[in-house]
Amino acid sequence: MPTFVYMTRCDGCGQCVDICPSDIMHIDTTYRRAYNIEPNMCWECYSCVKACPQFAIDCRGYADFAPLGHSVRVRREEEKATISWKIKFRDGREKDFVSPIRTTPWGSIKSPADYDPPAADALKSQHLAHEPEALNIDALPALRPEQLKQGLV
Amino acid sequence: MQMYIVVMVLLVVSGTLFDVIHKRSATYFFNNWRNSRNKAKRQVGSVRMVSAAVQTAVVDVIASGEFCNARRRIAHLLTMYGFVIYIVTTVIMVFGYPTPATPGPASLLILWVIGALMVCGGGYWFWFDIRVDVAAEGNSPWRFVRADLFIVALVLSTTLALLWAFVQAIGLTGLAAVFLALYLIATTVLFGSVPWSKFSHMFFKPAAALEKRVSEANGTRSNLPAPADAPLTYGSVLRDNRHY
Repeated sequence: MPTFVYMTRCDGCGQCVDICPSDIMHIDTTYRRAYNIEPNMCWECYSCVKACPQFAIDCRGYADFAPLGHSVRVRREEEKATISWKIKFRDGREKDFVSPIRTTPWGSIKSPADYDPPAADALKSQHLAHEPEALNIDALPALRPEQLKQGLV
Repeated sequence: MQMYIVVMVLLVVSGTLFDVIHKRSATYFFNNWRNSRNKAKRQVGSVRMVSAAVQTAVVDVIASGEFCNARRRIAHLLTMYGFVIYIVTTVIMVFGYPTPATPGPASLLILWVIGALMVCGGGYWFWFDIRVDVAAEGNSPWRFVRADLFIVALVLSTTLALLWAFVQAIGLTGLAAVFLALYLIATTVLFGSVPWSKFSHMFFKPAAALEKRVSEANGTRSNLPAPADAPLTYGSVLRDNRHY
């Protein structure tokens, strides 16, 4: 189900434009509000739905199985680390879901920019940047030579 | 100049009424209001309604609480209050002190300049740096579309007003006439383009904010889920690292 924007709720902050992996959320040139320029190309990842701080983005169901009258709304609460969905069917039934967004407190994961730049010698290492400490382990597991098949080394 | 202000007021009133009728924004608002009331899970009493109206006025209008981005909020507050100060002082000076023989107090002129500078500060900051077309879309700040009509007319009007006042003060009458003409053009565009610009957002945005608060109060929440009641659990998966 591709997404669409309630223009009366959107305040034109651009967070959906920034996050859309398909680059189809853009800003309308008449009212400076966001809109989905090509619903056919929507990956339906709902990144924009979840990122919208104004809860202005909804999911539009395909007419064959979700005809007019339904609604799919989402509320993301960073401070609680939860995401809640409310599915409203055309016949009036409602279903509510609450899920955790993540397993660690918001802001506790360091971004790449928070790490010191790697030293030049790191190019000679087989580790990726900031391994193994970024994985919260002491060392990456590796086979010792005596564990390898005879004749290989 | 007094007649010009009266004409501008009439343009804003007629433009806003035309906008409301043409775009059916009032019909949309009242339909939404009726739908929300019909689907209400609990009735909103008059006390709760007054409370919602006061919260809308204080949080959404006076403090521009709708904005989630602090920089946008500051720019909007600067522009909004600057515009109010600038308009009020202009009207007082034009109607209260209409001729050079009756000069107004210096404090009024200083307030007028402060108001115009606030509009310029917030407006140019928004235009060049935090406007979503530039910040998120990556377009050039010089790209002009219809959505920019209001902000461009507003900053041009106040900038030209300041320039006009400045060249008048230093005695360059010829240049002052040029800036006056440009100022009148920009100001006429600002107040005359209401049906095509975002000028009328100052009327319909508070109405939309009130409707949002009332829908929260009556339990419909525009079909949004209720706030989660299981905070800070950070998920149900195993905490321990199970790589390898």
